[in-house]
Amino acid sequence: MLTFTFRRLLTAIPTLLFISLIIFLLLELAPGDPMAQVPLTVPDEVKARMREALGLGEPIHVRYWKWLVQFFWVEPIHLLDALFGTSWGEGMQRILSWQTRSPVIDIVAQRIPQTLWVVGTAYVVAILIAIPVGIYSAYKHYSVFDQAGTFVTMVGFSVPPFFSGVLVIVIFAVQLKWFPSIYDTTLVVDGWDAFVLQVRQMFLPVMVLALQITSQLSRFMRASMLDNLNQDYVRTARAKGLRERTVVLVHVLRNSMIPVVTVIALGVPSIFGGAIITEQVFKVNGIGQLLITAIQAADLPTVQTLTFIFAVLIVLFNLIADVLYGILDPRIRYD
Amino acid sequence: MTLRTLLMGAVALTPAVALADAHEGERGRDGQLNILYWQAPSTLNPFLSGGTKEVESASLIIEPLVRFDNNGEMVPWLAESIPTVENGGLSEDLKQITWTLKEGVMWSDGTPLTAEDAVFTWEYCTHPEGGCAQSSYFDGVTDVEAVDDRTIRVTFNVAKPYPYTAFVGSESPIIQKAQFQDCLGARAPECTEANFGPIGTGPFVVDEFRPNDVITLSANPNFREEGKPAFASVNFKGGGDAAAAARAVLETGEYDYAWNLQLAPEVLEQMEAAGLGTVVAAYGTSVERIEINQTDPSADLGDERSTTAHPHPFLTDQAVPAAMSKAIDRQLLVDIGYGPAGQPTCNILPAPEAYASTANEDCLTPDIEAAKQMLEDAGWTDEDGDGIREKDGVRLSVLYQTSVNAVRQDVQALVKEAWEEIGIETELRSVDASVFFGGDPSSPDTFQKFFADVEMYTNNFAGVDPEAYMASWKCSEIPGPDSQWQGQNIPRFCSDEYDALVDTMAETVDPAERGRIAAELNDMLVQNYALIPIIHRGSPSAHSNSLGGVQMSDWDSEIWNAKDWYRIAE
Repeated sequence: MLTFTFRRLLTAIPTLLFISLIIFLLLELAPGDPMAQVPLTVPDEVKARMREALGLGEPIHVRYWKWLVQFFWVEPIHLLDALFGTSWGEGMQRILSWQTRSPVIDIVAQRIPQTLWVVGTAYVVAILIAIPVGIYSAYKHYSVFDQAGTFVTMVGFSVPPFFSGVLVIVIFAVQLKWFPSIYDTTLVVDGWDAFVLQVRQMFLPVMVLALQITSQLSRFMRASMLDNLNQDYVRTARAKGLRERTVVLVHVLRNSMIPVVTVIALGVPSIFGGAIITEQVFKVNGIGQLLITAIQAADLPTVQTLTFIFAVLIVLFNLIADVLYGILDPRIRYD
Repeated sequence: MTLRTLLMGAVALTPAVALADAHEGERGRDGQLNILYWQAPSTLNPFLSGGTKEVESASLIIEPLVRFDNNGEMVPWLAESIPTVENGGLSEDLKQITWTLKEGVMWSDGTPLTAEDAVFTWEYCTHPEGGCAQSSYFDGVTDVEAVDDRTIRVTFNVAKPYPYTAFVGSESPIIQKAQFQDCLGARAPECTEANFGPIGTGPFVVDEFRPNDVITLSANPNFREEGKPAFASVNFKGGGDAAAAARAVLETGEYDYAWNLQLAPEVLEQMEAAGLGTVVAAYGTSVERIEINQTDPSADLGDERSTTAHPHPFLTDQAVPAAMSKAIDRQLLVDIGYGPAGQPTCNILPAPEAYASTANEDCLTPDIEAAKQMLEDAGWTDEDGDGIREKDGVRLSVLYQTSVNAVRQDVQALVKEAWEEIGIETELRSVDASVFFGGDPSSPDTFQKFFADVEMYTNNFAGVDPEAYMASWKCSEIPGPDSQWQGQNIPRFCSDEYDALVDTMAETVDPAERGRIAAELNDMLVQNYALIPIIHRGSPSAHSNSLGGVQMSDWDSEIWNAKDWYRIAE
């Protein structure tokens, strides 16, 4: 298992380098201009000088090499500096956003808490709801509960968040005034009152996101349970006279969890990726909002860095899912 | 008559300052002010960005010598008064202007503001490697010197009939030398701390700046005016979209002020009906116009597409654009797309009033029949019965492009309907704004390349003097492959008479005469159909009914007078 993990980590390096190159070239070829949002009253020659100040005058391969060095060498050194209070990275050019002219990684670090709070909570809530719903739906196949569950998950799966988000805002924020429609990122949770505020402002975005994730996961759970419920080993367990509860929750569930755990693990990078639309609708201003505003402003260093971080996370969690698979299912051995 | 008296006389005088004075009290008495800009500021250094959101958010912190109020009038801000030839502040040859700072102005860190800071600001913004977005404010400035602590002398290379550019308006504020002195040129982006938290003389101080998210500010303890600002803190939030921002002010009351709410008029009306807030609009010089390509955009021409080498096959026949203009129902476009934030106009230079022409009002009454007759008279007839007019084998078929924007697409559809009715085939095209307005010379879709017959967008000019703006339609400003498609003469209009008049304006000092020339230049553009002005656009914002003192200005930062804002007691 260890050699397998090691081998996979090694092969990940060329994969990631290749991904970074593809991202860089795609962004390079995409139309757009970082100066497009500057008012037309600013003369063209001033804009040309501003572009030069951003480093746009350099050839593509130089900029790609610079980015690589900054991402794999300068930024890790700055991370060490931040962790241990050293100053090795002094004077080294970090990856600067074209919009803010400040280090991209600092902004990412600033945005991660919001995203983890909201999207992470939604993920946990969704798992907690989806698994029992999936189990019960499969066990009571074609019952009223199963039908209702199917209906709700279909709705949750097919209604986009830019609709459901605005809908819940209009109902719960505008009409009923129970929850705020705008997320306050400056709120510091330092006491019970602030915690209540935090829960209130998280409620709507978490609800919208959790509905989507639940829909997906509960369908997986249900399908996986159904596959297992008709297996011979289940009949054997029942024939042994085990209680129904033990049969379903121990024998069937453990075996059904294998694919579901993989799906959950593969979905973790999406937590870090944020939820672009939901964050935008509720003004959560996390990673997703950072990405979309960077795309709109043609802020290539930010877009490049963010998408590459996502790529790293996806490759990493793919590996984790594979390893988990081996742990959960003793029949699978990589060595 | 001096320029100042002209400006004052030209606009209706509203002594709104008295209104704010009625709400005296100690500084910070009104708690928190919540402002929502749905496009979040990326930095608080307007010299590094140039975007409206950055300039306006920074206007709470750093200030210029003079601001423009809601009528486009100059208001001395950090300066004691407006220098003129009469009061000796402006030299006779118009090459030197001397400003005097108000006495006792402090930076928020407690140090005094001096003329050295202004000199430094000039050095900072004109540094060749800095890429300063506002460097055009210092065009023609050869020297800025500190005569003494409170006196700034600006010298120009030529006589400047309108010398109020450097350090005037929200886009040309003064920054602190002590804070930025190590940030000159290429080092500018390294000073993240200074760029995110400039020390200013304004009513508020930055507590925390989160790029593209939120700014937390508090009242400046060293602010020069007693009892101001009324608010102790400001939460300047960004993100979301215009509809959500309008909702937060008008329907849920979570925010006090929301910016740039270009929404369908009926949506705003419905939200306003909740009774929590009011939609307000400020009018400056923004005009939504349809520019008429004077050159042939045909793809067959290859490299010479949309260049002056080939005149347009039919748009240079003035009867055609004249009919197109006559067919457009401008009032209908306002009712459907703009509501309180638009007025029909026939001028490319609709304001300030002293410069506005009244010679083109005829276009305000649409007349489809008259438009058809114009084409008929010019020999454009529909011979083959397909509903499209032609003459000598040339069909009246136009490609009409604009940027992606819900209101613009509505306007496009309505205009297309009118044009097809008079027998002009219209094909619509919309380009993403970041590409359309992006200056990428390799993209075929920029507004400057103009690979279409007509295109629609809005432009305006900074400040109140139109000289530079009108000069952008000179022959030499035509974009083309030689100039990397730079230049603002988008319709490729070229007239020696026009160029000569622009040059005359640059030498004219008398404000009344300048006004007359500007109006004449406007008439030349409009009557030669280089462009069809359609809507004089205001910038719509909303404020809650409990927020007092708001006087939106489109000539400066729209929140230019936030120092005077207060909470209306319930």
